[in-house]
Amino acid sequence: MSYFRAENLSLHFGGLKAVDSVSFAVEKGEILSIIGPNGAGKSSIFNLISRIYPPTSGRIFFEDQDITEQPAYDIAGLGIARTFQNIELFENATMLSNLLVGRHRHSATQLWQELLFLPSVRAGEKVHRRRVEQVIEFLDLEAYRDKLISGLPYGVRKVIELARALCSEPKLILLDEPSSGLNVEETDDMSFWIRDMKTELGITVLMVEHDMTLVNRVSDRVIALNYGRVLAMGSPSEVQRHPDVVAAYLGA
Amino acid sequence: MRFLFKTDYEDDIRLFPHSGYVVSYGILLAFLLIAPFVLSSYLVSQLVFVCIYATVGVGLMILTGFTGQASLGHAAFLAIGAYTAGYLQQYNVPFPVYFLAGGLLTGVVGALVGFPALRLSGIYLVIATISFAFIVEEVLARWESVTHGNEGMRVKTLSLFGQAVPQNGPTFYFLCLGVLILTIVGTLNLLRSPTGRAFVAIRDSETAARSMGVNVSLYKVKSFAISAAITGLAGVLFAHKLSFISPEMFTLQLSIEFIIVILIGGTFSLHGAVLGAIFLVMIDPFLTYLKDDIPGIIAGFASTFGADSVTAGKIQSNAAAIASANGLKGAIYGIIIVLFVLFEPLGLYGRWLKIKLFFQLFPLYKRATFKRQKIYVKSERNR
Repeated sequence: MSYFRAENLSLHFGGLKAVDSVSFAVEKGEILSIIGPNGAGKSSIFNLISRIYPPTSGRIFFEDQDITEQPAYDIAGLGIARTFQNIELFENATMLSNLLVGRHRHSATQLWQELLFLPSVRAGEKVHRRRVEQVIEFLDLEAYRDKLISGLPYGVRKVIELARALCSEPKLILLDEPSSGLNVEETDDMSFWIRDMKTELGITVLMVEHDMTLVNRVSDRVIALNYGRVLAMGSPSEVQRHPDVVAAYLGA
Repeated sequence: MRFLFKTDYEDDIRLFPHSGYVVSYGILLAFLLIAPFVLSSYLVSQLVFVCIYATVGVGLMILTGFTGQASLGHAAFLAIGAYTAGYLQQYNVPFPVYFLAGGLLTGVVGALVGFPALRLSGIYLVIATISFAFIVEEVLARWESVTHGNEGMRVKTLSLFGQAVPQNGPTFYFLCLGVLILTIVGTLNLLRSPTGRAFVAIRDSETAARSMGVNVSLYKVKSFAISAAITGLAGVLFAHKLSFISPEMFTLQLSIEFIIVILIGGTFSLHGAVLGAIFLVMIDPFLTYLKDDIPGIIAGFASTFGADSVTAGKIQSNAAAIASANGLKGAIYGIIIVLFVLFEPLGLYGRWLKIKLFFQLFPLYKRATFKRQKIYVKSERNR
């Protein structure tokens, strides 16, 4: 049994088949990249997994549990965190409070306890804060703790979004175009972090990415999509040489 | 300028970041404690209204400022609190009991309003809350066995532990002040715990909040309930302050006044609720002054600049007609809102922060520090 599995996943908007009967599996501890031209349905697959859209048909399994019908807010509770293609940070809050929201699935305090800020809440806050600090150190974000997101540059926001996902201590992380909008140097950093996530933190990574350098550098396996269908699956070099993939990109 | 060197996670949690805060809030508290003994009874009465409006403002701030759900129905929540007090008082229920009952009942109603509001946002939510307020107003007017309908309801003098607490005395002022301070402390506690952060997360991006494990529907209902409960508590005090309640006191205009409180104060901080309440309560005597004195002053100017007594009299009566026109108050409120939204969206508290920064950085303040600029527009946001 695979760690994470999608079976015949479909998402239809009327006649448009954004995702058409896609099946794939992710093994524990691997980095799997999904590539494909614009509109291939990559981000739609992510939105299906994190339950922003309900699938038209098909099932999703995580750790041998069917999560297709789980409410969206439960997905994080299961240990699946994600980032967004167009950054979805809490703009009018500081970086610290953004990251602390990432800790939400680990908070167990009741409303009345919070109103009185009982010692248990205070102790919990300190634990959250310590975890957040570890992530800040991991991603070199020390300079921005009390800065408002709305005043930070794009590249930093991208890293903060990754940090927020890491704060929830996920088992599986979905990265939607982690390098979009980053310069060469920042992309380099990103590729190191993604590999460190796998080796140091033991997180399984599912990634949508256009930058083939990054894909080649970090991925264990690659899936190529076009028009909502799987074209090829395998090692990065295999997939890039696959005639259907070449045709999809070059129109040959 | 003071630089804070944080050495402990406690530094991020505590309510007063450094000793300067303790000193300034201590001075403010000392002033508020001696206020009823040194200020005129009129001003103390105004201060009581400031406390009540600020309490409502804090409640509305939780919902609108921090959770991002607009509401024009808070007059209805205030009414429910007030009528609970009036009704239970008839059966000799002691004050602490009906005070809490008012808050609790309003909180439950708030949660019930929250459920249908889950699917609404923006202007649609505003309309839904307005219609809720109209329904409550109508119920208050028609349910005569409980509310005495349009005749209104007399609220007896508050009695606390066998002692009468007249609504103009210092004890009542201290009661209102105490409720306000407890509300503020409770809200601050909430804001530095997971629930408060979940509220802010929902305000800024529902999709991201959901994917971080926040049960958006649950927290929206919670926010509605807490906001309504606080407003209900204020309603009990409001009923006692006015000693008479009737449905036409809880109209749309009152809801708009509450929106003004947080909008003018600044929708991002609890300071805003208090500053906005001070502004709103103090603008009333100013408007009365306008009504009484301005026509005479204008006529005086006119005659100084050569108008004969007949023309001056005409000008005076015209000015008086304008000043006492129906709906002038609403119009002025509207103009104030528009001006604030256009020129100072951060409200009075935002302005105060800017002034403070000017002096902290003096003489290095840059004029462009708070210049508003266009930032890139998001496309393809998941909503």
